[in-house]
Amino acid sequence: MIMLMLTDPFMQRALIAALLVGVTAPVVGTYLVQRKLSLLGDGIGHVALTGVALGWLVGAGMGLTTDDALAVPGAVIAAVIGSVLIEVVRRRGRTSGDLALAIMFYGGIAGGVLLIGIAGGSSGNLMQYLFGSISTVSDADLWLTVVLSLVVLAIGVGLRHALFSASHDEEFAIASGLPVWALNIVVAVVSALTVTVAMRVVGLLLVSALMIVPVAVAQQVTHAFGRTMLTACVVGVVVCVSGLTITYWYNVSPGATIVVLAIAVYAVVSLVAPLLTRRRPTHDPHPDLPDDVDLPAAATERAAAAAKECR
Amino acid sequence: MTDTKQVTETREPVIEARGLHFRAGASHILRGIDLTVLPGEVVALLGANGSGKSTLVRALVGINAPSEGAVRLLGEPLGAGRRAAVDWSRIGYVPQRAGAGGGIPSTVQEVVASGLLHGRRLRLPRGWRDRVHAALEQVGLADRVRDPVHHLSGGQQQRILIARALVREPDLLVLDEPVAGVDMASQEAFAATMRRLVDGGLTVLVVLHELGELEPLVSRAVVLRHGKVVHDGVPPRARQDHDRAGHRHQHPHADDNALDTADNRALDLEVRP
Repeated sequence: MIMLMLTDPFMQRALIAALLVGVTAPVVGTYLVQRKLSLLGDGIGHVALTGVALGWLVGAGMGLTTDDALAVPGAVIAAVIGSVLIEVVRRRGRTSGDLALAIMFYGGIAGGVLLIGIAGGSSGNLMQYLFGSISTVSDADLWLTVVLSLVVLAIGVGLRHALFSASHDEEFAIASGLPVWALNIVVAVVSALTVTVAMRVVGLLLVSALMIVPVAVAQQVTHAFGRTMLTACVVGVVVCVSGLTITYWYNVSPGATIVVLAIAVYAVVSLVAPLLTRRRPTHDPHPDLPDDVDLPAAATERAAAAAKECR
Repeated sequence: MTDTKQVTETREPVIEARGLHFRAGASHILRGIDLTVLPGEVVALLGANGSGKSTLVRALVGINAPSEGAVRLLGEPLGAGRRAAVDWSRIGYVPQRAGAGGGIPSTVQEVVASGLLHGRRLRLPRGWRDRVHAALEQVGLADRVRDPVHHLSGGQQQRILIARALVREPDLLVLDEPVAGVDMASQEAFAATMRRLVDGGLTVLVVLHELGELEPLVSRAVVLRHGKVVHDGVPPRARQDHDRAGHRHQHPHADDNALDTADNRALDLEVRP
């Protein structure tokens, strides 16, 4: 049964794409959660839709044989421009940044629907980009996915210490002379690339879930940044591959299955995690230090007794 | 490094601010500040809440871009597009608030290690774990290296921020109220660490509310009021009306019984002409 699935060329391409998305989306998502920009992926996803339609329009204008040959490159370009714009607006002032994100949400969808109509398609053509169509992944798509994933991973993992510093305490990073502005742009561009990579697997509307939900799962079980990222990647790969496998046997939407699976994992882990942490042996959280005041003898004795209790 | 170069470096001011103004919207927070810190000095920046102390140090380390005026750090101008010229490996900054951080919990080790990145160094150097450990020993928290920062108390988190600045072994330390909310034993440990570093040639600019444990180290005091320098010289004496019974600052040293010492410690900033 499994061999049957693994020898199916469509399924092979889909599995590779799912595997790559499962790793890259949580890596980028970790930085977005760290910077409290969990919804950035959604904003970029909406803008990418306009890019898809724009690529379609250009492709149709050039008389290409397949209408959507330029859809993915169009999405990449629009997503990168959109994410950089969001970062520029965010830098200029927080209040207008929120507003700009909202305008991008609406403008992205409206622009996409409008342009696809002009290109001679219908909004139905956009559905596969909105909700994913991993079974239609072509060889060319797969290669683009592989290359973009490697770029995202190289940056996200290779620069993790600098990106952590800039996301954790931006002011300290500035006072350390780090190129914080450039690092922020890098995060924005990498997010845009991830959105377009994940577009075929889970669709633009659910991309953000794949970036954020595995991180939310990881946070339940670890309190370190590095381990959060690693755990989130494991969760991402597991839900992507198992979600896709389910859709090989049952006729359900791969993107929706993957996201529902991820949220189910989140629910289960948040129920189980408190039980696991309770069993861990604890050490005395209070340092054994003298107070800033002179204590009477009786209080000193009580302090010694309290210290013994905690040991 | 040749001897002649070292000589010229030691003559140069470490921090030099000229005619610094800072406006945030309608409020004019810094109104023409001149400040020079020479190598080896320990300068205390004093002033009431809201006098502009934090805004000034934030401008000096490049977080706030001044509306007018210029800052030179280690001899290099600090301005848009010129930041790369400053040798950031020689500067350590300790911000005021503890508990900085993003949406993901991080360990003490991760936070302190981020102090090893500066300027164009975007990756951790070899042996970074040992350096993080050494920095944490200086603030007495080496045993908490694997704990998440948010599990520590406010005072302990403040000490983590000090370790993050010390880990790169800076020549200039800029501290914004480093001992606010830190218990007396840790303040003494901090003062001892600072004394050792100052003896080794460290230059310090420290924002303080009162001189406290650092008093013997402070070579000069700069007092801000209403965004202007109103005093630059010997550390000012404490206000007499604050030196009453009940306002005596608790101090655990057994030998600390002289009244004039207590006077000096309880500095609450009365600057006399």
